[in-house]
Amino acid sequence: MHEETVYDALDHAHGGEGQWAFGTGFDEPLAGVDTTVPEGIDPADLGAYCLMLGDDALVLCQRLTQWVTNAPELEEEVALANCGLDLLGQARLLLARAGSVGVLGRSRTLATDSIPDEDALAYFRDPDEFRNSRLVEAPNGDFAQTLVRLLAASTWRLALFARLRESRDPVLAAIAAKGVPELTYHRDHAARWVLRLGDGTTESHRRAQAGVDAVWPLLADLFSPTDVETRLIAAGVAVDSGELRDEVRDVLTTVLERATLTVPAWPAEHPSRGRAGDHGPELTVLLADLQGLAREHPAATW
Amino acid sequence: MTDVTAEGGKNTPSSPPLASSGRAPGRGRRDWPLYEVFVRGKRGLNHVHVGSLHAPDDEMAVHAARDVYTRRNEGVSIWVVKAAAITASSPDEKDPMFAPSGDKVYRHPTFYEIPDNVPHM
Amino acid sequence: MSAPTLDRPAAPDEVALQAQFDATIAADHRIEPRDWMPEAYRKGLIRQIAQHAHSEIIGMQPEGDWLLAAPSLRRKAILLAKVQDEAGHGMYLYSAAETLGADRADLTDKLIERKQKYSSIFNYPTQTYADVGVIGWLVDGAAICNQVPLCRSSYGPYARAMIRVCKEESFHQRQGFELLMTMMGGTGAQRAMVQDAVDRWWWPSLMMFGPPDDDSPNSAQSMKWGVKRHSNDELRQRFVDMTVPQAAVLGVTLPDPELALDPETGRYRFGAIDWDEFKQVLAGKGPCNDERIARRRAARDDNAWVTEAATAYADKHAS
Repeated sequence: MHEETVYDALDHAHGGEGQWAFGTGFDEPLAGVDTTVPEGIDPADLGAYCLMLGDDALVLCQRLTQWVTNAPELEEEVALANCGLDLLGQARLLLARAGSVGVLGRSRTLATDSIPDEDALAYFRDPDEFRNSRLVEAPNGDFAQTLVRLLAASTWRLALFARLRESRDPVLAAIAAKGVPELTYHRDHAARWVLRLGDGTTESHRRAQAGVDAVWPLLADLFSPTDVETRLIAAGVAVDSGELRDEVRDVLTTVLERATLTVPAWPAEHPSRGRAGDHGPELTVLLADLQGLAREHPAATW
Repeated sequence: MTDVTAEGGKNTPSSPPLASSGRAPGRGRRDWPLYEVFVRGKRGLNHVHVGSLHAPDDEMAVHAARDVYTRRNEGVSIWVVKAAAITASSPDEKDPMFAPSGDKVYRHPTFYEIPDNVPHM
Repeated sequence: MSAPTLDRPAAPDEVALQAQFDATIAADHRIEPRDWMPEAYRKGLIRQIAQHAHSEIIGMQPEGDWLLAAPSLRRKAILLAKVQDEAGHGMYLYSAAETLGADRADLTDKLIERKQKYSSIFNYPTQTYADVGVIGWLVDGAAICNQVPLCRSSYGPYARAMIRVCKEESFHQRQGFELLMTMMGGTGAQRAMVQDAVDRWWWPSLMMFGPPDDDSPNSAQSMKWGVKRHSNDELRQRFVDMTVPQAAVLGVTLPDPELALDPETGRYRFGAIDWDEFKQVLAGKGPCNDERIARRRAARDDNAWVTEAATAYADKHAS
């Protein structure tokens, strides 16, 4: 292409290509991966489980993205965008995995054939078909609440992904293995901030405590396996989210105490509303932003 | 003038919480110090200066440096150091302009212009 | 530490220092942070680099407005990475300005108080998703034409920052062009969107190179100092020559009836630019000036408590 002449003026001696940008590796998430489902695993259950974990990532990515161009410092723009990009990558893999086993819900009644599975699932399901937890869909609140939520969500997800690396579904196991270092970083980032806000100024302490108090009740949505999960736990595919409770509670307690924040009483757990498709009105608004353009042009290719 | 460092005034007291609504925007606050970032791109190479960033402390500085200057490229080693802590030689030590030989890496703004609305100057 | 260089009468030293500076420039060597430099060189560079940094940061907004609504997950990933790159570019450039004694927070204040400018192109709204592609193709394309020569800027830290910026910008331009190619292969509505975006962004892109040479007061000195390497008109012509064949590949019409190849020079002639519009937008009367600045102001003021909290924590835990 003609603009090569412009690039030729660049000094290529300074570092390797791609070291400074994410580059162009954004194509088909599961390209070249053997997506055969191992024997004894119900593909419908596997797909439904992938939607739970994929929707969590997609919805939280959307929330973090709302900070871009609005963050406190440029360093934080970059950090939150990094977390968002990681989660988006996880969402794409998980939605593609759901599509690969034929779990597409009602999305294909609206999406045209040329639209890849990941996009059919992200853009052409209605709110009641989303399986994300209530924790990730809640609005951001201020910076403190956003970071407390990121701490809670990444602590839970890291505990889960660390165990999911042993899943009998090799695709799910690989996705989890890729996600562990990413989530470790997210949890680390969020914990650093919660420490600084909790143990910073009077104002930041007040805001951090308010963030904790707002986020805490949402934890109730995370620790009761659905029927799908119960069957997949028996099949060696899914992680029992009830097993994560102690680890998550210990990590959160440690961070909050070091941050001089008050740890609220553990919320009364209940069967997950989010995983059952029972969402708050905030998710409808979030999905309207996400899906509006794609739905306006269902026959388009992007 | 007291020892004003490259981070813009160690001696400026931190502003009270109320100040953010009362003061002229952006004035009188204490900004995060400037850190210089050095990256070793791969084993066998030296750390090389790649730029700078602002962070509240060392831990956050190294964390932000990974995000900004390596985009979390694994296997990369990073050093950060407060710009104010670096002592530099001048290109021509014999030059009388640079008589105090140990100097900061970068010229400081207050050498040149002092905005009239900055307190404590 | 004292401040001996302030308001000092021109000492005999200065003549020698000036000669050394001139010789460094003449030899096409780099000026580095602790070198002596004329005050006008330093101030001019701070202004230029800050304006450039501000442009990267403000430039996140028009595209950022589509982050939540990107029409596929792949496009969302590409756009998020791009907007993040721009934050990184802003940081590289503020870093370079800080080597000259500027302070990032102070430069941000000047941006918000409208004492320093940014590229007027970012005061236009992004109306459809095709605008995201056209910004990549035309705006980033124009930026590359402007910026590649700056990789050889006489000021070392600026030149080094620009090398990194240009590498990433080249990704962005390719991604923008690829989006437009895809859309042109899509539905009729998508093709119309692309043409409409090209119609709106073409002339503002040409304005990105700045006023014509005979109306560009600072250019001569900047060229002499090696801070600027080519004239505005020369770079603009280079951009037009590069872009016209790309438009043909894409299948869009550039909105200039006078655009034609000059068989003698092999370069494209193009119509007159509406400099009144340029001046209006630069003067703050563009469609989105207020919105762009308001968002920067809010990011600074609404989150000041975060910055203060981290500072307070650092004080408490300093060992």
